[in-house]
Amino acid sequence: MQLSREDMLRAYRLMRTIREFEERVFVEFENGNVPGFVHLCYGQEATAVATGMNLTDRDKLSITHRGHGHSIAKGCDINSMMQELYGKSTGLCGGKGGSMHIADLSRGMLGANGIVGGTAPLAVGAALTIKTRGEDGVSVCSMGDGASNQGLVFEALNMAVVLQLPVIFLYENNGWGEGTSHDYAVGSKDIAGRAGAFGLPHVKVDGTDFFAVHEAMREAVERGRSGGGPSVVESVNRRFGGHFVGDPMLYRTPDEREHTREFMDPVKIFRKKVLESNLLEEAQLDEIDKEAVKTIEDAADSAAAAAFPDPKELETDVYVSYY
Amino acid sequence: MPTKSYREAINEAIDHEMARDENVIVIGEDVSGGAGCEGPDAEDAYGGVLGVTKGLVGKYGRRRVIDTPITESAIMGTAAGAALTGLRPVAEMMFVDFLGVCFDMIYNQAAKFRYMFGGTARTPLVVRAMIGGGFRAAAQHSQTLHPMFTMVPGLKVVMPSNPYDAKGLMIQAIRDDDPVIFLEHKAMYDMTGEVPDEPYIIPFGEAAVTRDGDDVTIVAFSMMAKRAAKAADVLAKEGISVEVIDPRTTSPLDVDTILESVEKTGRLVVVDESPPRCSMAADIAALVAEHAFHDLKGPIATVTAPHTPVPFSPSLEDIYMPSVDKIITAVKKVMK
Ligand SMILES: Cc1ncc(C[n+]2csc(CCOP(=O)(O)OP(=O)(O)O)c2C)c(N)n1
Ligand SMILES: [Mg+2]
Repeated sequence: MQLSREDMLRAYRLMRTIREFEERVFVEFENGNVPGFVHLCYGQEATAVATGMNLTDRDKLSITHRGHGHSIAKGCDINSMMQELYGKSTGLCGGKGGSMHIADLSRGMLGANGIVGGTAPLAVGAALTIKTRGEDGVSVCSMGDGASNQGLVFEALNMAVVLQLPVIFLYENNGWGEGTSHDYAVGSKDIAGRAGAFGLPHVKVDGTDFFAVHEAMREAVERGRSGGGPSVVESVNRRFGGHFVGDPMLYRTPDEREHTREFMDPVKIFRKKVLESNLLEEAQLDEIDKEAVKTIEDAADSAAAAAFPDPKELETDVYVSYY
Repeated sequence: MPTKSYREAINEAIDHEMARDENVIVIGEDVSGGAGCEGPDAEDAYGGVLGVTKGLVGKYGRRRVIDTPITESAIMGTAAGAALTGLRPVAEMMFVDFLGVCFDMIYNQAAKFRYMFGGTARTPLVVRAMIGGGFRAAAQHSQTLHPMFTMVPGLKVVMPSNPYDAKGLMIQAIRDDDPVIFLEHKAMYDMTGEVPDEPYIIPFGEAAVTRDGDDVTIVAFSMMAKRAAKAADVLAKEGISVEVIDPRTTSPLDVDTILESVEKTGRLVVVDESPPRCSMAADIAALVAEHAFHDLKGPIATVTAPHTPVPFSPSLEDIYMPSVDKIITAVKKVMK
């Protein structure tokens, strides 16, 4: 399906914003402003944006520890996200969650997750709500190649098929789970095919190509919305950085890392494509580049200025009611 | 005596045992790392996420240092099944929080073989996992869950508080014929101390009295034993003499040493990093109240984390953790 100019501009803006966000978080981690464990998704922006753009606030999205891109693409407020990463009281989770637990239930973003594979059954549950209540949304579970091997993910796939739920299992195959390669850990070396064997339509796409992922997600979302049941999408991309900020990446060669930045950069690939096909003008894209820098600059400033949670917040929010 | 880190001490213990017994294997996610990867240093790229098993793959090969997919139930089940049939697996589960994924294999399976099968089974399994807060790692990577394992009959639970104990307890854990949950505090890996080069064991169920005192007994676990020692230093300057007991294993628990100490001091403070309900703090307070009530000069005090998940923000996590100050306050309270 041909995307409108506005859609393409929006896609580029989101991808550039995510890229800026991640690079800034890297710097602020080094500066000591972002504490904890941080996993960046640069290199994987196209998948996050292609997914987010196919969803509305009525749709649910469950994501992983590597979730900043998906959060931005699903519409989470960027200042509140950055504030959360800094551990500030005005953050999306009041400073209680941090990078690994970013959530915005009001936008259907059901949370990043620290437990690999944990989101798959949760996403099935969200799809059950949609189906039971006759809503028209879908539920998307984004997870990694490493997560694809978790037992409960297989159980979730089967459950989704048995109950014919509007859920999409989106596997982002970025090459590794920590320092273990996809080729070693996925016995069949075919995540989409293996998941599909549970009885779901499945497709594998080039995750560096925004348009390819967008099309695959559009079909899967449409299937879910129209009562066609669950789907599997495997998006093959590559993370630019380490598993976490600080990972020395001994398992990657310098050549491969350079090659990835040069030839597997979804933002670069998008830009080249829309310019060569005269779909968008260079000046517009340059303008968006500048805006993205400004957006993230503002987010970081807002996070630096915000206050840490008050000590009395420690014991709030454990329960809804206390009697 | 040579000085080594907590990390090195654990590594050395596993190394000794792998050299001594062909049946000892290490299994888990990225225990070596770099499986199927091409980087120049791919082999042993991780050596465990915090480097505890580094170097073992070079000595014992991938046949005995086994990287797995991310699949805790299968890792734990594989380790339990292998233990039941003759291997002595050291299963690395990374963060203790992840044991939630595979609890069935621990508490319905490995823990119960011996009893269910009428005393015929042996399950020499070591489950290694990291506990503890202070890393801003938030609710799913910071828990201190030893009470959950301690309450399961059939499991032994070990929580070393220093490099010397870590080595001796790990060697005992590997030689032990029962399933052992070996909990390493992630904030202690770089802590150094004197550790002999040769193998030695520290038996389970023998508490260490790390400081003699007359006025108050503090029982503290893992990293909290260190904080208790600091508190005792401060209190000594104020004329309060504190005895510090580190039980080292919560199952079996050396109740006698605790009771003897309370008999002498008449006052008890229990310090633990896990939340307070159904905890070791509650357990030890109950044991002392039951068996040494008449020795007590006043109420027992506990210093624990609050009944909340572990928060992310530094401003909250700092007050979540039991601190030296909180321990001092508790001691002064029981002295009143
Ligand atoms: C249940 C569980 N096991 C292990 C981990 C540690 N861990 C965090 S991320 C990760 C790798 C995940 O790989 P993948 O699913 O491919 O996602 P990616 O990091 O590549 O985005 C691992 C092993 C965890 N957080 N949860
Ligand atoms: Mg991956």
